[in-house]
Amino acid sequence: MSSSPGQSLSTASTQGPVSARVETPFQRFAAAFLEDRVAVAGLALLAFIILLSLIAPWITPQNPYDLTRVDLLDSRMPPGSQTMEGFTAWLGTDGVGRDLYSGILYGLRISLVVGVVSGLIAATLGMSIGLISAYVGGKLDTFIMRLVDLQLSLPSILVALILVAALGKGVDKIIIALIVVQWAYYARTVRGTALVERNKEYVDAARALGLSKSRIIFRHILPNCLAPVIVVLTVQTAHAISLEATLSFLGVGLPQTEPSLGVLIANGFQYMLSDRYWISFFPGVALLLTIVAINLVGDRIRDVLNPRLEK
Amino acid sequence: MGNVLEVSNLATYFETRAGTVKAVDGVSFAVGRGEVLGLVGESGSGKSVTGCAIMGLVDPPGRIVSGSIKLGGKELVGLDDQGMRAIRGKEISMIFQDPMMTLNPVLRIDTQMIEAIDAHEKTSKKAALARAQQALEKVGIPAAADRLKAYPHQFSGGMRQRVAIAIALLNNPSLIIADEPTTALDVTIQSQILAKMQELCADSGTALIWITHDLTVVAGLAHRVAVMYAGRLVETGFVDDVLDHPLHPYTRGLLRSLPSEGIPGQPLEQIPGMTPSLGRLPPGCAFAPRCRNATEICHRSSPEGTVFPNQRLARCHHPLDSVAQPVGLTER
Repeated sequence: MSSSPGQSLSTASTQGPVSARVETPFQRFAAAFLEDRVAVAGLALLAFIILLSLIAPWITPQNPYDLTRVDLLDSRMPPGSQTMEGFTAWLGTDGVGRDLYSGILYGLRISLVVGVVSGLIAATLGMSIGLISAYVGGKLDTFIMRLVDLQLSLPSILVALILVAALGKGVDKIIIALIVVQWAYYARTVRGTALVERNKEYVDAARALGLSKSRIIFRHILPNCLAPVIVVLTVQTAHAISLEATLSFLGVGLPQTEPSLGVLIANGFQYMLSDRYWISFFPGVALLLTIVAINLVGDRIRDVLNPRLEK
Repeated sequence: MGNVLEVSNLATYFETRAGTVKAVDGVSFAVGRGEVLGLVGESGSGKSVTGCAIMGLVDPPGRIVSGSIKLGGKELVGLDDQGMRAIRGKEISMIFQDPMMTLNPVLRIDTQMIEAIDAHEKTSKKAALARAQQALEKVGIPAAADRLKAYPHQFSGGMRQRVAIAIALLNNPSLIIADEPTTALDVTIQSQILAKMQELCADSGTALIWITHDLTVVAGLAHRVAVMYAGRLVETGFVDDVLDHPLHPYTRGLLRSLPSEGIPGQPLEQIPGMTPSLGRLPPGCAFAPRCRNATEICHRSSPEGTVFPNQRLARCHHPLDSVAQPVGLTER
């Protein structure tokens, strides 16, 4: 803490040239984001996790989806054992002989894809609905917002469980379920901001220029509503990943043949009390690190984008 | 010289729970090519609503109940949204009060300017950019080519208002409606902007409606002035006539409340009372409760517009200047 006065002094002295040099809003945002070391560490960790999941096929000894490469004789081996396939399982193997290190990286891929894709689609959908609701107003607005209330009043895990049970297993099905669970958050957030934005004079000015409604909504109002959406997006992505893990853990999410982190944790759960901790433990740590990294980044984004938290 | 804009008997009401608010009630005026009309009035007198009505930007619960707005002979009242959009920004531009608020904070100046051109004609991006730069130069922004790439927050208030004016000029409109565009600026910048507007309108022959509550601005800028009170025009005429020899007690009250008219050390004269609620106007003259000259007839019946020499009009039972003899009555 002793460095804090010096730090604030140095930021104050660089304020002039920085604000003169910095051009776009994104550059200003990036500069403010990088001021916080914890957030930078979170971002680095997140980047590392994403990188690992991207290059998983090249750095793992085994493809856990390829059942011909999985040997049942290798099952439940502790970390560091030599497998029948001829590689060392540094994190051990699970109940059917899959290498956990490989399984975790492949599982991360699925978890991240599910979280990010469902988040982006839900954000797009929710933003459009929220914007139109705010701009049109009146009965449509009331109807949409009561729908949002209804959606938010139901526990998301319950809704997702029912949907997945009805739709069946699979990555696409779980993404649909997560979109249904999440869109309302975006719709509500965007509507609130858009209601404020649409009464600002630049909207009147845009109308006075003869611009079309859709252009005003999506080109003028939308960019001004993005800040809270980005915050919700990071938080919701972490939420979606953990929700997917929960559903998979409960056995209604992804199938055993495409193990996500949740499936891996569920697989090891039955061995927890028989000293084979690693089967659940390592996927659990991976899930934890991913969500912590996303939340660290999300918290910093929220701080930077919140005008009321100005230092 | 034909009139660019002719407004006759325009009435714009707002239907609220508390009743009908007659924000604009039977307003008629005309603006000629290259002419500057000052629309003056207190807050809530309906001057901004008049401007919005001409632009077709009155939002529900407000609506134009009757009257006509003719732009170059073309009727605007009753025009559908599509038709109105083709006119906004192309035939009529608007400049708003607060330059800090009228530019979109997240879009670059060039984006916003090109968009204004794009909305009305198909041009290449390059041509549009060249025109945007020209417009910026016209309003006196130095290094226009560089400034095009800037964001609104990188401009000062006066510069932003210049940008707003440049955007208004982009499509060479025949009419510009300026809604208190200098109110948010300090006095030196205000006079610069006024001079610029005057020059630009004189050059291009653009008609200008300058909505303001500041009579000193009108004195220096406008050719003709229209004074609004409680949704009605109470007096119109050439600037010198109206400001030197006001016919309506309200106009005189406004003039006397200017600091420059007062005697140093003496309290400024003010108009007693407040603007009446537009939802519950008195049966007679709306100004009667605040008027020193009011008699019994003022409280009973609303005065009609009386025409005076030199194209003047006043709506008063007891016009102030005894020299000016009414030459006739207008409609109603």
